[in-house]
Amino acid sequence: MPAHAIPSIEEIIETFELLGDWDERFSYVLDLGRKLPEFPESERTEARRVHGCQSNVWLDLGVERHGGPRVRLRAVSDAHIVNGLIAILISAYDGKTPEQVLAFDIRGLLSTLDLESHLSGTRRNGLQAMVERIRAEASAAQSHEAGG
Amino acid sequence: MSTQSRAGGLDIARLRSEFPALHQSVHGKPLVYLDNAATTHKPRSVIDATVRFYEQDNANVHRGLHALSARATQAYEMARDKVRGFINAADASECIFTSGVTDSLNLAAYTLGAGLKRGDRIVLSHMEHHSNIVPWQIVAGRVGAEVVPLPVTDRGELDLARAGEVIDERTKVVSCVFVSNTLGTINDVHRVCTLARAAGAVSVIDAAQAAAHLSIDVRAIGCDFLALTGHKMYGPTGIGVLYGRRALLDRLPPFRGGGEMIDQCTFAGTTFAPPPARFEAGTPNIAGAIGLGVAIDFLASQDRATWAEHEHELLVRATGALERVDGLRVVGRATHKIATVSFVLEWAHPYDVAPILDHAGVAVRTGHHCTQPLMDRLGLKATIRASMAAYNTAEEVDTLVAALHKARRMLAG
Repeated sequence: MPAHAIPSIEEIIETFELLGDWDERFSYVLDLGRKLPEFPESERTEARRVHGCQSNVWLDLGVERHGGPRVRLRAVSDAHIVNGLIAILISAYDGKTPEQVLAFDIRGLLSTLDLESHLSGTRRNGLQAMVERIRAEASAAQSHEAGG
Repeated sequence: MSTQSRAGGLDIARLRSEFPALHQSVHGKPLVYLDNAATTHKPRSVIDATVRFYEQDNANVHRGLHALSARATQAYEMARDKVRGFINAADASECIFTSGVTDSLNLAAYTLGAGLKRGDRIVLSHMEHHSNIVPWQIVAGRVGAEVVPLPVTDRGELDLARAGEVIDERTKVVSCVFVSNTLGTINDVHRVCTLARAAGAVSVIDAAQAAAHLSIDVRAIGCDFLALTGHKMYGPTGIGVLYGRRALLDRLPPFRGGGEMIDQCTFAGTTFAPPPARFEAGTPNIAGAIGLGVAIDFLASQDRATWAEHEHELLVRATGALERVDGLRVVGRATHKIATVSFVLEWAHPYDVAPILDHAGVAVRTGHHCTQPLMDRLGLKATIRASMAAYNTAEEVDTLVAALHKARRMLAG
């Protein structure tokens, strides 16, 4: 069953601006995490695991090629808040062209959303490693296009 | 805040007034610092002594003949003697200054490792911090020795009934924590050392978590080595101690080469100074050692029995209140514990809860606490750990519990 759709990145930013205190924004990120598409246990393989010191992320990443390359991703974490952050990454990156992915200022966005601490603590939640993998995939897709 | 603890005459307000860093707000809330197992805050006297050293005495030790060097040397050696008194060592030369427990344990592993050979056995408890596992693994890998765990029960206590299964005639070293950093368990280190001695093995005790809470007497414990760190006992960071029995230290090779650790140095070869200088190559952390000495003075000036009673009250209060939080399970049910409580939640990952606690002003630690083998043994990935010190109050414990109830409302919905 498809979960409630994850809002667009513009909608997420807009909602954040309307929310008052930290508690409300934290709860909103938790809500976003509840909208993630299903990622069954059986698909949470070691190959898809992004290691973090405190929480784990499983990431399924690829490039759709028909009609021009598009980065596709889905992911899940064992921590609710990281699922919320994943929803934001999906909103920012999923279905976007490699150029759009590489041009997107994720650090700036998380800083705007006051969530940057989740990205700067690289050892903590695997989020930074996930962003690096997504960007590497986009970069590879770009050079694949240029070369072929 | 109540100014009196129920534990007799402990004036908490007065005790807290000695710790400047406790008096601040975090995210607009008063700081509730429950991460004392990571590091304790420092009393004013320790901070002042460190600053005073740089302002007035700053000079290198054991080198110059000028007045400042003499003063620095005297203060540094006086600090060593305070350490001797603190752990009841027979002689100050048995107390080697290091940069902390990790450094102390590396020193012990490296120098003792020089005497190990293929087939020898190093027994470590299953609840060791990585800093007391990895140095031994490195040494064992080099000489072909094996590292074997001393079992831990489901309650988080050493399973000493099974010690005979692992401590055998091949065993050359037995090492364990005095107090578990993850669970707060107080181990019967006297018995561990007795078992080690009976097997002809050297005993090494990691007392990092014990020093702020228990009295330490190396001769009563009967250990050959014992590691301490300043910053977990109200002292500065970057200073620690390795105690070693003098008869053993005399036989050990140097750890690091450099200045101050030699007897004679020529290109044909070098002879080494006796302990402790043999193990203190280079300029030591002089200000840190002096600060540690002042932390020891600070502890000596306190009524430690009353502290222990107060900390036990905090442990009982925290354990009871935490257990009443829905879906919370306390991990580590040892009979003897310091006021450290580790727990897991069935409705959230520790990583989810930490930011909510942080925004309530509460500082705790989450994760595997650098004890992955223990986590694996208990079938856990991570816990939340609240670790109390003497300056914490019952109200602070209540703030933690209230913040957890709030986290549950936010996360379980």
